[in-house]
Amino acid sequence: MKPINNRAWLFVLPVIVLVAFNALVPLMTVVNYSVQETFGNNLFFWAGLRWFEELLRSQRFHAALGRQALFTVTILLIEVPLGVVIALAMPRKGVWVSVCLVLMSLPLLIPWNVVGSMWNIFTLPDIGLLGYLMNHTLQIPYNMTRDPVAAWVTVVAMDVWHWTSLVALLAYAGLISIPDAYYQAAKIDGATPWAVFRFIQLPKMKRVLKIAILLRFMDSFNIYTEPFVLTGGGPGNSTTLLSIDLVKLALGQFDLGPAAAMSLIYFLITLLVSWLFYTLMTRND
Amino acid sequence: MARITLENLRHSYLPDPSGPQDFALKEMNLSWEDGGAYALLGPSGCGKTTLLNIISGLVTPSQGRVLFDGQDVTGLPPDSRNIAQVFQFPVVYDTMTVRRNLAFPLQNRGLDPARIAARVGEIAEMLELTDIMDQRVAGLAPDTKQKISMGRGLVREDVNVVMFDEPLTVIDPHLKWTLRSKLKELHQQVGVTMIYVTHDQTEALTFADQVVVMQEGEIVQLGSPVELFERPAHTFVGHFIGSPGMNIIPCAWRDGSAFINDAAVPLAGHTPALDPQARLEIGIRPEFVAVAESGIPAVVRKVLDQGRRTVVESMVGQTRVNAILEGTPPPETGAHIHLRFDPARTFLYADGWLATKGEGAA
Repeated sequence: MKPINNRAWLFVLPVIVLVAFNALVPLMTVVNYSVQETFGNNLFFWAGLRWFEELLRSQRFHAALGRQALFTVTILLIEVPLGVVIALAMPRKGVWVSVCLVLMSLPLLIPWNVVGSMWNIFTLPDIGLLGYLMNHTLQIPYNMTRDPVAAWVTVVAMDVWHWTSLVALLAYAGLISIPDAYYQAAKIDGATPWAVFRFIQLPKMKRVLKIAILLRFMDSFNIYTEPFVLTGGGPGNSTTLLSIDLVKLALGQFDLGPAAAMSLIYFLITLLVSWLFYTLMTRND
Repeated sequence: MARITLENLRHSYLPDPSGPQDFALKEMNLSWEDGGAYALLGPSGCGKTTLLNIISGLVTPSQGRVLFDGQDVTGLPPDSRNIAQVFQFPVVYDTMTVRRNLAFPLQNRGLDPARIAARVGEIAEMLELTDIMDQRVAGLAPDTKQKISMGRGLVREDVNVVMFDEPLTVIDPHLKWTLRSKLKELHQQVGVTMIYVTHDQTEALTFADQVVVMQEGEIVQLGSPVELFERPAHTFVGHFIGSPGMNIIPCAWRDGSAFINDAAVPLAGHTPALDPQARLEIGIRPEFVAVAESGIPAVVRKVLDQGRRTVVESMVGQTRVNAILEGTPPPETGAHIHLRFDPARTFLYADGWLATKGEGAA
C-alpha cells in the first residue's frame, strides 16, 4: 500500500488560494448577483432564475449573439487561410526572415486601445488616410460612423490587420519544422505543388493551425477594446458585439442582476464552443 | 536502369572556391555498372551525401558531368532523371494509407490505375506490407515506415537507380539486420542499380558488391569488400575498415628495406623508388600479427578477451599495435613480447597511399 502523506496538501495550498482569489471568488460574486435583484445600498432581493429566463428570451441578446457569431466566423474565414498563404510566401532562410518576423510581430505588440484609436483616425472621412482616399481620391462614399456596412467592414479589416500575423507566425513555425528531405522526396516522386501543400505542408501545419483557430476563436469571441474604441458599437447597434452589449447593460444601465446572468451565459458559450472545437479537431490524433 | 558515369566531377558549396579546402567534393571520375549494388562509405562530413545529391539532381555540381547510359543529365531536375531516393529517416506521407503512399509516385506520372494496383501489390508482397495496406501511415513503427519509403523508391519499374542515404540510422539494432538482408534480397529480385550511403562498415560490406570509400571529399578506394580488407589503397581505408582497424606504424627506409626501431620488416611484393621526403608507414592488419619468440619488441598494454578471439594491444615504441590471437594463450599485461608480421600482408604506405606494388595477398 502507498503511504498517505497529507503534507502534500500543504504544497498545493498556495495554488488553491491563488486560484480562489483570482477566479473562484470573483466568479462566485457574479453568480451571487445573477440570482438577485439590487437597487444599491446593499439591498438584495431573491430573483431565482428570472434573469436567465429573460435574457435567453431577449431579442437584444439574440441580436448581439448573432452579430458576435457573424464576426467570429468572418474573421476566422479570412485570417486562417490568409495567415497560411502569408506563411507559405515567407522566406525560409536569409536576412529577410528576421525582417519578416519583426514586421509581422509589430501589430501584435500594439496595445489594443491604440489599435482602435489608430483605425479611428485612419478612417476619419475627411482627414484620415483611408477616409480621404476613399471619399476624395476614389470617390467612393465611406463613412464608418454613419453606414453600418462600412462600420462592419472596418471592424473586420482592423481585426484582420491586428491578428492575421498570429496565424501566419504559428503556421510558419509549423512549416519550417518540415525537414528538407520531405520536399526532396516529393520532387523525386513527381508531386505537383498542390500535392506538396496538401500531403506535406498542411498535415505538418495541422497541429499549430488547431491552436491558432482555438486562440483566434476565444480572442475574437471575447473582443471588446478595439471595436469599442473604433465604433463604440455603432452606428446604432450594428457593431455591438456581446462584450460591448454586456458593458452597456452592466455599467450603462446598471442592471447588475441581468448583466451577471449574461456574463455567465457568455462565459459558458465560450467554454462550450472552445471545448467542442478542441474535441472535434483532436478527434483523429 | 542505367550505367552511371561521373566525369571530372567537383563540387563546392561556396560561390567562388579558392583552394582544395573549399571543395566538398574533390575532382573524381567514376563509373557504376548497370544493376550493381554499390556502397558509399565514409565518416560523417566526407561528402558522400553531397555526391548522392548530385546523382539524384538535388544538387548541381560546380564542375563536371553526370551521365546515365552515356546521356548527360547534369542539368536535369530530380523528377526527370527517373531515380528514387530513400532518406536517413522515413519520409512518408502521414495522412495517406500505405497503399496510397506506394501508389503516389506512379499516380503522379499518370499511369493506368489497373497497372498501378498490380505493381503496388507486387512491391507490397516483396516488402511484406500486404496486411497493413489500408492503414494510415501516421501510427506505424519507424522500420515499417522506412520499408514504405523503400517501397516508394522501388515501385517505379523504369527507375534508373535507387539511392539509400543511411536508411537504417533510426532503426532499432535488432531490426537493422532484418532490413539489411531484405534490401540485399530486393536487389537480387529487382536487379536495379542501387547505391547505399553509410558510415557503418558492416552495412556497406554486407550490402555492396563494390564499395567506394571516401575521405574529405575524395575517393580513396573503389573495390570489393575483400579488396578493401586485404589490400587497402590508403591508410585511411585500412584504419576505417576492420575492427580493430589496420595497424599503421611509422618506419624508416634504408638500403631498400623498411625498419621499425632498427628491426628490419620484410614487405609484400616489391617497392618502387620512393620520394625521400615522403612520410613512410607500415600497414598490417591485426589478423596477421602474431606473438613470436623473435621479431619486433613490444610491451603489452591491454588484453581484450572477445570470446572466440583475443585482441592484444601492445606498444611498439610510441605506436599502438593490435594483434588478434585465436587459439594461442595471450600474454600478460605488461609483458615484453615480440611481434611477427606476416610478410605477404605487410604493406608500405608513402604519405598515406599504398606504395607496395605487385603480389601481396590480394
